[in-house]
Amino acid sequence: MMQFMLLFSRQGKLRLQKWYEAHPDKVKKKITRELISTILARKPKMSSFLEWKDLKIVYKRYASLYFCCAIEQQDNELLTLEVIHRYVELLDKYFGSVCELDIIFNFEKAYFMLDELMVGGEVCETSKKNVLKAIAAQDLLQEEEAEDDAMYYGGYNIRML
Amino acid sequence: MPAVRGDGMRGLAVFISDIRNCKSKEAEVKRINKELANIRSKFKGDKTLDGYQKKKYVCKLLFIFLLGHDIDFGHMEAVNLLSSNKYTEKQIGYLFISVLVNTNSDLIKLIVQSIKNDLGSRNPVHVNLALQCIANIGSKEMADAFGSDIPKLLVSGETMDVVKQSAALCLLRLFRTTQEIIPGGEWTSRIIHLLNDQHMGVVTAACSLIEALVKKNPDEYKGCVSLAVSRLSRIVTASYTDLQDYTYYFVPAPWLSVKLLRLLQHYPPPDDPGVRGRLNECLDTILNKAQEPPKSKKVQHSNAKNAVLFEAISIIIHSDSEPNLLVRACNQLGQFLSHRETNLRYLALETMCLLATSEFSHEAVKKHQETVINALKTERDVSVRQRAVDLLYAMCDRSNAEEIVQEMLNYLETADYSIREEMVLKVAILAEKYAQDYTWYVDVILNLIRIAGDYVSEEVWYRVIQIVVNREDVQGYAAKTVFEALQAPACHENMVKVGGYILGEFGNLIAGDTRSAPAVQFQLLHSKYHLCSAATRALLLTTYIKFINLFPEIKSQIQDVLKSNSNLRSSDAELQQRASEYLHLSVTTTTDVLATVLEEMPPFTEKESSILAVLKKKSGRMSAQEAQREARVQAREGNAAPATEKAQNAQLKTKPSSNAAFPIPQLNNSTSADLLGLSTPPATQNSIQSNTGVLVDVLGDLYGGGGTNTHNGTTTPASLSMSGATDNIKKFVCKNNGVLYENDIIQIGIKSEFRQNLGRIGVFYGNKTSMPLQAFNPTVSVGPGQQGKVTVQVKPVEPSIDAGAQVQQLVNCECIEDFNGLPDLTVGFTYGNVPQRLALHLPLSCNKFFEPTDMNGESFFARWKNLSGPLQEAQKIFKATGPMETASIKTKLLGFGMQLLEGIDPNPENFVCAAIIHTRTQQIGCLLRLEPNRQAEMYRLTIRASKESTAQILADLLAEQF
Repeated sequence: MMQFMLLFSRQGKLRLQKWYEAHPDKVKKKITRELISTILARKPKMSSFLEWKDLKIVYKRYASLYFCCAIEQQDNELLTLEVIHRYVELLDKYFGSVCELDIIFNFEKAYFMLDELMVGGEVCETSKKNVLKAIAAQDLLQEEEAEDDAMYYGGYNIRML
Repeated sequence: MPAVRGDGMRGLAVFISDIRNCKSKEAEVKRINKELANIRSKFKGDKTLDGYQKKKYVCKLLFIFLLGHDIDFGHMEAVNLLSSNKYTEKQIGYLFISVLVNTNSDLIKLIVQSIKNDLGSRNPVHVNLALQCIANIGSKEMADAFGSDIPKLLVSGETMDVVKQSAALCLLRLFRTTQEIIPGGEWTSRIIHLLNDQHMGVVTAACSLIEALVKKNPDEYKGCVSLAVSRLSRIVTASYTDLQDYTYYFVPAPWLSVKLLRLLQHYPPPDDPGVRGRLNECLDTILNKAQEPPKSKKVQHSNAKNAVLFEAISIIIHSDSEPNLLVRACNQLGQFLSHRETNLRYLALETMCLLATSEFSHEAVKKHQETVINALKTERDVSVRQRAVDLLYAMCDRSNAEEIVQEMLNYLETADYSIREEMVLKVAILAEKYAQDYTWYVDVILNLIRIAGDYVSEEVWYRVIQIVVNREDVQGYAAKTVFEALQAPACHENMVKVGGYILGEFGNLIAGDTRSAPAVQFQLLHSKYHLCSAATRALLLTTYIKFINLFPEIKSQIQDVLKSNSNLRSSDAELQQRASEYLHLSVTTTTDVLATVLEEMPPFTEKESSILAVLKKKSGRMSAQEAQREARVQAREGNAAPATEKAQNAQLKTKPSSNAAFPIPQLNNSTSADLLGLSTPPATQNSIQSNTGVLVDVLGDLYGGGGTNTHNGTTTPASLSMSGATDNIKKFVCKNNGVLYENDIIQIGIKSEFRQNLGRIGVFYGNKTSMPLQAFNPTVSVGPGQQGKVTVQVKPVEPSIDAGAQVQQLVNCECIEDFNGLPDLTVGFTYGNVPQRLALHLPLSCNKFFEPTDMNGESFFARWKNLSGPLQEAQKIFKATGPMETASIKTKLLGFGMQLLEGIDPNPENFVCAAIIHTRTQQIGCLLRLEPNRQAEMYRLTIRASKESTAQILADLLAEQF
């Protein structure tokens, strides 16, 4: 089971955190700090895995952003790398050439996407098509609701052409 | 500002931009505080906030939280959003809650109500939101509230696939919180059959759930094995186009494959030859695919493919029954050892460690020794080098020990600081374990101190002293070697300690050589004295008084040192005391008395190396370093605390061998107390006393670990008196029936019988009180030492026991292979509304599956000779804890389950026994010899067994009994 996933920048700024195991905020902050500094200190050719306390850390850098997952002893490291990759692919497909800024400005979408891919720390749906379909359905609802709002406001914002 | 999808929230985007444009940290904090004030006033004052605005502000709060600021309001607004009929508002509400609410009890009730509504919604996206939220928080309340709805959702034919997926993992999360929520009975097969679902996503999600359920109750879910194997077989043989979107970079369903392989590792190889054959075919195919040229150059392809491969290798190692597959796995990993991908080298080293422990592949692993040593020298990543050290340690045996130890010593000179301490322990253990010539061992340890003195813990140098004291053949060599080592102008303080101790005991052995004449030895040691810490000086003072006994010719020289102000008036009380007591001793006593008091140390009790315990502790992953530190603090306290030392001395005084009448008899013993006191593994200091070193390892965390409470078997709240609780588990090694546990409330009795590899244990629970015991729920689970090696099937019992009544529970068990330790027996119940939990053990040890075997002397000795492999024999020398009566020894040996063979051993005092252990897979022949030494009140126990590892398990069990 994945314990948590952290996204942080090369400058060490946390961009997204997802905890599948409950910890007090203080502990979360401490773990985050320790891991960010450990990983940023590592050189590019080093292995993507490290032992940390009783967990295994799997991380990978994409452009300016590090994706870091903590998994348990019996979990598969290589496949965790590919969970990260699948997640990046999904973000990329959705945002179109995703960059760090997209995740900063649309962090909620990044969360929603992760919730489709993983539930309770386990991989839930690995098909890219199916995840994107689910997200598209959410977006459709969102647009319909926005339209409803527009009608409600007296129809002033209905496009003429 | 990048485009915002969907309707977006302009206000949020503007705020984020503002924050990003802040030039300094202060400006950012200022902007955030302004926003927080704004939001707070909106939430407080303006009653007319619409859903959109609420959503926007909640989102801003979330963003501020993600920046690392604490958020202490807005929870209520987020909860309000949950009941919005707009999906986007609901979604943000759920997001806020899953990120920010852990188990804030005030809100949980409200949240649970909203979730309930959404779970019942006809819109699957709403249901999914609710399920994801439960999976995120997964609190006990939620388990109680939804524990019955979600299983229904999971197996209902009307549920959509996406919802089923979330439901499966949601249920898994709740199961992890509250194990009881999973319904048994017909549900079991419905859940198992999800493995046959048409939708790959559903199977993937369900597989994780089933794995967790299997872990808890392997027998109930046994049916999943054949389904998992056939599902796996279909995936493995599928072409990459068959599975469409579940093919990942030309690898068919890697996630599901890995999960299925994981699931199967909870079971022994399938009994059904058809299923077993199919599984082996799958493993074979996966190994074959690894040899095929890659279908893509992308790293994703090779990662996914190798992820499946490593999982397959993992199950091959776990079954440890197919030599052919094991060797193939080993060769495959060998190829990875020189792969250009660091990740693969890392994993190959790690996995090979496991292969090295299998008898089938140990030799195959050894072929790669050179590559691994090379990795140690050339890898640029310390975590990879660490794996190489682990592997060298695992592949070490008598044949390659000298070479491996030498390489590790070489590496130690330049090794990273972070792994030095662990390496020192490993080298010390290997050197001791595989020493054929103890001069080599002494050399290795002294080298360790020279190269990495700072990392040589006390356990390591205590151990070398114990061994030198116990082995006469190495004493002269040790004295000579330490004397030479001390010549170095700068030598580590640990070297001074070892040198001081050894010369004090055995300096006389080299005193004949003028180059190491008594005065020279003394001068050499004393030249280091002023550079050392007080503890080392104290030790050296003891060496000096021992010198007075060994070398009367330098007595006056030494007395001068003892008399010197810096010692006799030392600010350190211990030094002062030693100096004055030693001085008196040397002045007032006759040489005869002196010789008796300062006699050579008697041999130490043989027990398992305490270093091993330290290493185990260290590599026990959870905050290993802290545990280590704590252990050492404890050890040091044990040393420093004068009370401890005095107590030990007091004990010594009462022994006839010591001079009770003599005014200061402790002198000699105080150093011995240092050594003895510390050489027991610190983990067990305050629990069971005798032979603790042995106990820790045999029974795992039986007595250690959970503190002193578990020793009594109770973790009850303090409110209830549990006085007089007795846990008799130890006695059951040599008997099958009796009272296992008893306190004021309950008595637990055992009646058991065993035949071949099968056994039946009746557990009797008697209620001693005048009130019923409610919610009575005893469970049995196998620990890591028994996982997959022994199965236990427990018949359920009624959930309550009437006042004064007794109920019986039957446990059927089967031995699959030899195993270590005992299964856990946890008994939970409520007594007068107070929940009780007893953490006990089921008296099911490996020796229960013995069948006594009769044979004559000739065949006994022939068999004994045949079993001469290094791991086939285990020997223990230990002190008797009870009277050494022949009758009671015989009773114990018979109770242990072996045939007592009379008149075979030439020495009539000794006992020899023979028996066979029946397991499902094989029969293990075992021979035993027990030699009591009544004068020394010691036993020597030797066990030989046809299977490696078994002898050690048995020796550990039996040595506890005398």
